[in-house]
Amino acid sequence: MATQQSRSAARLMMAPAVILLLGWMLVPLIMTLWFSFRKYLPLRGGDQGWVGLENYARFISSSSFWPAVQTTLIIVGGVLIITVAFGIVLALLLDQPMWGQGVVRILVIAPFFVMPTVSALVWKNMFMDPVNGILAHLWKFFGAEPVQWLSQESLQSIVMIVSWQWLPFATLILLTAVQSLDSEQLEAAEMDGAPFLKRFWFIILPHLSRAITIVILIQTIFLLSIFAEIFVTTGGAFGTRTLTYLIFQRVLESQNVGLGSAGGVYAIILANIVALFLMRIVGKNLDT
Amino acid sequence: MGRIQLNQVQKKFGDVEVIPPLDLEINDGEFVVFVGPSGCGKSTLLRLIAGLEDTTAGHIEIDGDDATMLPPAKRGLAMVFQSYALYPHMSVRKNIAFPMRMAKIPQEEQDRRISSAAKALNLTDYLDRRPGQLSGGQRQRVAIGRAIVREPAAFLFDEPLSNLDAALRVGMRMEISELHKKLATTMVYVTHDQVEAMTMADKIVVLHAGVIEQVGSPLELYRNPRNLFVAGFIGSPKMNFVEGPEAAKHDAQTIGIRPEHIDVSTTEGTWQGTVGVAEHLGSDTFIHIHGIPGCDPMTVRASGEMSVVHGDTVYLTPRADQIHRFDAQGLRIG
Repeated sequence: MATQQSRSAARLMMAPAVILLLGWMLVPLIMTLWFSFRKYLPLRGGDQGWVGLENYARFISSSSFWPAVQTTLIIVGGVLIITVAFGIVLALLLDQPMWGQGVVRILVIAPFFVMPTVSALVWKNMFMDPVNGILAHLWKFFGAEPVQWLSQESLQSIVMIVSWQWLPFATLILLTAVQSLDSEQLEAAEMDGAPFLKRFWFIILPHLSRAITIVILIQTIFLLSIFAEIFVTTGGAFGTRTLTYLIFQRVLESQNVGLGSAGGVYAIILANIVALFLMRIVGKNLDT
Repeated sequence: MGRIQLNQVQKKFGDVEVIPPLDLEINDGEFVVFVGPSGCGKSTLLRLIAGLEDTTAGHIEIDGDDATMLPPAKRGLAMVFQSYALYPHMSVRKNIAFPMRMAKIPQEEQDRRISSAAKALNLTDYLDRRPGQLSGGQRQRVAIGRAIVREPAAFLFDEPLSNLDAALRVGMRMEISELHKKLATTMVYVTHDQVEAMTMADKIVVLHAGVIEQVGSPLELYRNPRNLFVAGFIGSPKMNFVEGPEAAKHDAQTIGIRPEHIDVSTTEGTWQGTVGVAEHLGSDTFIHIHGIPGCDPMTVRASGEMSVVHGDTVYLTPRADQIHRFDAQGLRIG
C-alpha cells in the first residue's frame, strides 16, 4: 500500500484537515501572543502600538494575580479529590447487583448532561439560596441558621457545584475499570484471607490506578478553565476569582485586550506547570 | 490434616438446582479429581467446598468441624484458579507472600517459606518479576506457590491446566502429581479432561448434571464402569456401544467394548466392516469402521504396524471377557 504514489495522495487528501486544524489552533494562539505585546484598549483609543513586556509585568504585579492562581488551584485540587474519592465509592456501589440498576446508572450520569450555566443557576437558586433554597430549609428544620453559601462559603460552594457536575464522569470511567477487574482475583484474595478493606487497598485500588490517572488528567484540563459556574453565581466576588475569570475581567470589564492576552499566556504556562506535575505524579501509571 | 466430608450438600441458583443433595467423603492426603463434561457442576462443587458459594442445604465438614458457614479464609484451604488470578501489580515474591502477609506471619518465616516454595517450583530466578512477564507455565507455578506457602489443609484446583498448551500440560501434570507425593496433602482437582483424571487421581468422582455417577480409583472406573455415562466418559478413545440384536445375544440392552479390546483382522472375525478413517499415531492406529450392526462407526485400536486404508474390508472380534453389559436403564449388568 505504501507506494510513493499512495503516500503523496494520502498527504494531499489529509492536507485540508491538517491545515484547518493548524489554523484553528495557531491563529488564536498567535493573536493572543500578538496582542499581549500591544497596548490595545478597544473603547479608549484602540490599538496604540507596541509596548513590549509591559502587559506581562502589569498582569503579574497586580494584587489579584496570585490570589487568582491560588483560587484556581484550590478549585481544581478540591474538585479532583472529591470526584475521585466519591467516584470510587459510587463505582463500587453501582457495580453491585441491585434492583433497577439501569435506571440508577442513568440517574447517576444525568448531571453530566446539564449545561454548566444551568446547573450553576439551579444550585444557586434552588439549593443555596439563603431564603428559599432547599439547604436553607434543611438548616432551618434542624433549628440552625441558614448558611449564606455563595457569599460566606463561596469557594466551597463553587467546588461543590463543579464536583457535582464532574462526579458522573469520574464515576463512569471508574465503573468501567471496576467492571474489568477479574473476579477470580478478588476471590483469590478472599481465600488468601484478605477482608474487604484489604482487598480494596491491595487489589481494587491498584487495578483502578490507571483509570484514576485518566480521570485526573482529563478533569484537570477542563477544570483549569471553568468559567460559567463562577460567572452565574458569584461573578468572581468573595474570593472566587480564578485566573480564567481574571482574564475575562481584564478583557471585557476593563476593556484591556493587551493585558488580558498577557494573562492568557500566563494561563497557558500555569496549565503546563500543572500538567508537568501531574504527569510526574500520576503519569507513570500509564506506562505499565 | 485435610479430611473433607459433604453431607447432603445441595446448591440452587434461583430455581435451578445445579447440584441435587449429594454425599462425598474426601480422605486426608487423597488426590481426588472431579471430572465431567462442562456444565456438570464440578466447579460449583469445588467453590462450595472453598466457601466461595453458599450451600443451599446440607453440611460441609473439614477435619470433623462443621465449616458450612465459615468464610473462605477461615477454612484453611488454598485454591488455584483457572485464570491463575495472580495480582498483576505485585511481583512474584509479593504474590506468594500475600496470604502470609494477610495472616501476619513474621517476616523471617515468610522469607523462609517463599524461598523453599520458589526452590520447589523453579521460580527462584523470577521472584522479582511481575506476572505479566512470565509464561503461562510459570504463572501457573506462581499460583501454586501462593497456595503452598499457606500450608493449607487441602489444595483446591479449578481446571488449572486448561490455559496451557498440550506439551506444557503434560509437564505440569507430572509436577502437580509429584508435589502431591511430596506434600502428602489432600488435593481436590477439577477437570473436564479424563486423561488428567486418569493419570493424576487416587480417586475419581465422575459428575454428570450435578449428580455423582461413580466414585472410585481410575482403574476401577475403567474396568467396572457403573453405567453408560461413566463407560463412555472414561477411556480414550471412547468405548464403543453396540445396541440391537448383537447386544441381545449377550442378554443386554447395550453392550460396550473398548477400542483396545477388539482384535482386528483382514481375513476373519465376528463382525465385518469397512474402514472409514484410519488415524496413524505411530505407536497405535485408531481405525473407525463402518457397517457394524448397532454401532456406527466403531473405533478400534490396532497396533501401529496395521496398515489399512479407507475402503478396506476388515473383520473384528471383541474379546469375550472384556464386554461390558448394560440394561435398559443404562446400568451395568453383572
